[in-house]
Amino acid sequence: MEINQIINNFIQIANSPDKAIKQSCERNHKNAVGCVAPYAPEEIIYAANCIPVGLWGGEVELRKARTYLPAFACSIMQSVMEYETKGTYDILKAVLIPAMCDTLKCFGQKWKGACPAIPFVYPQNRRVKSAELFLENEYKSITKKLEDILNVDITEKALKESIILYNDYRLAMREFTEIAAVHTTTISPTVRHQIIKASYFIDKKEYLCYIRELNEKLRLQPVEHSKNKRVVVSGIMLEPKGILSHFESLGIDVVGDDLAQETRQFMTDVPFAGDALKSLARQWINHNACSLAFDPYKQRIQHLVDLVHHFKADGVVLALMKFCDPEEYDVPIIMSKMKEENIPLLVIEIDQQAKAFEQINTRLQGFVESMDD
Amino acid sequence: MSIINESMTSKEMLNILVAKNMEDARKAKERGDLVCWSSSIAPCEFCEAMGIYTVYPENHVVGIAARKGAPELLEYAERKGYSNDICGYARANLAYMDVQKCVSEELPLPDLVLLCNNICETLLKWYENIAYELNIPLLIVDVPYNHDKEITEENIQYVEAQFHDIIHQLEVICNKPFDEKKFQEVMKVSAQNAKDWYDATMLCSARPSPLSGFDMFNYMALIVCMRGKKECGMTFRKLKEELEEKISRGECGLKNAEEKYRIMWDGIACWPYLSHTYKVLKKHGINMTGSTYPSAWALEYTPGNLFEMAKAYTGMGNNLSLEGQINLRKSIIEETQCDGVIMHMNRSCKMCDFLQYEVGKELNDSLNIPITTFDGDQADPRNYSKAQYETRMEALVEMMSENIPSRNSSGN
Repeated sequence: MEINQIINNFIQIANSPDKAIKQSCERNHKNAVGCVAPYAPEEIIYAANCIPVGLWGGEVELRKARTYLPAFACSIMQSVMEYETKGTYDILKAVLIPAMCDTLKCFGQKWKGACPAIPFVYPQNRRVKSAELFLENEYKSITKKLEDILNVDITEKALKESIILYNDYRLAMREFTEIAAVHTTTISPTVRHQIIKASYFIDKKEYLCYIRELNEKLRLQPVEHSKNKRVVVSGIMLEPKGILSHFESLGIDVVGDDLAQETRQFMTDVPFAGDALKSLARQWINHNACSLAFDPYKQRIQHLVDLVHHFKADGVVLALMKFCDPEEYDVPIIMSKMKEENIPLLVIEIDQQAKAFEQINTRLQGFVESMDD
Repeated sequence: MSIINESMTSKEMLNILVAKNMEDARKAKERGDLVCWSSSIAPCEFCEAMGIYTVYPENHVVGIAARKGAPELLEYAERKGYSNDICGYARANLAYMDVQKCVSEELPLPDLVLLCNNICETLLKWYENIAYELNIPLLIVDVPYNHDKEITEENIQYVEAQFHDIIHQLEVICNKPFDEKKFQEVMKVSAQNAKDWYDATMLCSARPSPLSGFDMFNYMALIVCMRGKKECGMTFRKLKEELEEKISRGECGLKNAEEKYRIMWDGIACWPYLSHTYKVLKKHGINMTGSTYPSAWALEYTPGNLFEMAKAYTGMGNNLSLEGQINLRKSIIEETQCDGVIMHMNRSCKMCDFLQYEVGKELNDSLNIPITTFDGDQADPRNYSKAQYETRMEALVEMMSENIPSRNSSGN
């Protein structure tokens, strides 16, 4: 396939999740299992011969969700709630919900969708050995529940194969973000986002073929010397798409990210630790530089500075998910660090239900000018 | 020699002890002894055993908010970049950490912090920031959320393992071996204090209740700040005696008012408007007899048994599944004979709010008990409307009087 065809394929998948999931399930004779953002041991789902589907909300008008959640719940959870009550997720056989913040703790208890919910906990005191053991037990429990719900056996062999596939996927994605950073005309902010987002809606094996092919083809293309401003984006996610179109119209390239929906998904490999579930647990223990993983040393802050240097970025855009505690607490510290490092920073507010982006456009415009100074 | 004695009232004891606790911490800081900032239901036993002076930011902000001093700190935090969506306790405390000035008692800065997320996950980020900004050690007891019906062995074992890690870390921080003997004593004292707190506050179940729930809010300062000290239990035992006397005299906890209705207050107090919230209820003859507070610190365990201790800290009300939280409230409503429920939609506490719909619906369906909610905040006065509160309480009274016509008519 030509580069454009591969890219268009990704865009279609990202634009029509329902269709993409259905078709991928049919092609591969699999069922779909949902993973409420941000993290889940997708490998277990995959080993159960199912396609893990990322549930990150979307641009949906809130009606029923307002009954169940106060207005100050984050917009991802508001729209996931809306989708679950209107039957959008009825295709799913089960859904995993991590108790990563107060909102998600409660969310795991109030699932309104048709399929069963499996809430689980990521331990946060990762310096103690027992955290790994605890998580291994959580994963055992998830495995057992999935086996019961899906009436399948999840074998050690299938888990190990799944881990290998996912590590291959992570490597390919890291390669993609590197290659994309020097092909920002072809891989515009919207295209970059859509390519990464598409990974949530099809079988990872299929996705891996596409992304590898794209990487290979892009590598053969000459480096694109864009005159646009280069930024690193941080936060939970950079949506709605309306925001991304302003990045493009103002000549801002996304060269790297620290987004939970994007790079944070594939920055930590699953290490080999013998037993498959132990290996999966160890991945979380090794997962650092993330606002959602407890860290009194705030490695995320230095990580952001390192990303800016690595990608030779002109500045950082912090896409702050409205009502997201874990992200909001980091803001003053990021502000102070960027000032100290003399790195231009813009904080924009992310609300999936937003319809107008003029204010963000104006602020981005000012930011572009400030990076010229 | 103790600074309180049996001839004092429990209220006198309370006031002396709360002031003394903060003063001791300030003096300790001046001497160069270690001061710890701790979350409110963290295991105090370890620091207490090592002679570390522990103070409680949540309690400190309560004092500030109740004295109407929170706005300046909240504004400072917002100017620094903290969103006004963040917990008001955290915002005010993080601001205080910088400015070290407030309308209430001054809190000495910490040399270490201890957090236990059995009440909320917000603490993780809040204490991360304190430790990072002050560059001090952070001790954490990460308590996994009990998402299933039962509290699992795995959850408890993970928490217990962290206790051993804390002991090791304290030995390094204090540069001395862990004082096992003192630890055993402190565990006995803490367990007894927890029991005394529960026994005294649960006397609210008498009819009329000898204690106004709002008075209980005051005593709470002691169980938060001095759970590891003997004087705490002494005060609660005194309180219990006083309340038992009131029960024998048939006295009501509402001052100069008759107890017509009994309610369960669900959530944290609206500290900036404590007086208003209380007076409106009193005007209607409503007494708050039920709340989750008595059980919150009823941390029962056999002294010396770290597994049981881990279980106690893991089984906290906020840390229970939806079903567990509903059952907890049902038993409170039944034990304290509540006629209605007031749910505080607390803008600062997602953990208190996001299951309210489900909890309220189940309580209403199964107990046929009227429920009202109001918008407020534990620290930020901007999120409360007096008019809304008054209207909601009037509606609640109407619903309660329909449910209990006989009691209402006899009350008139």
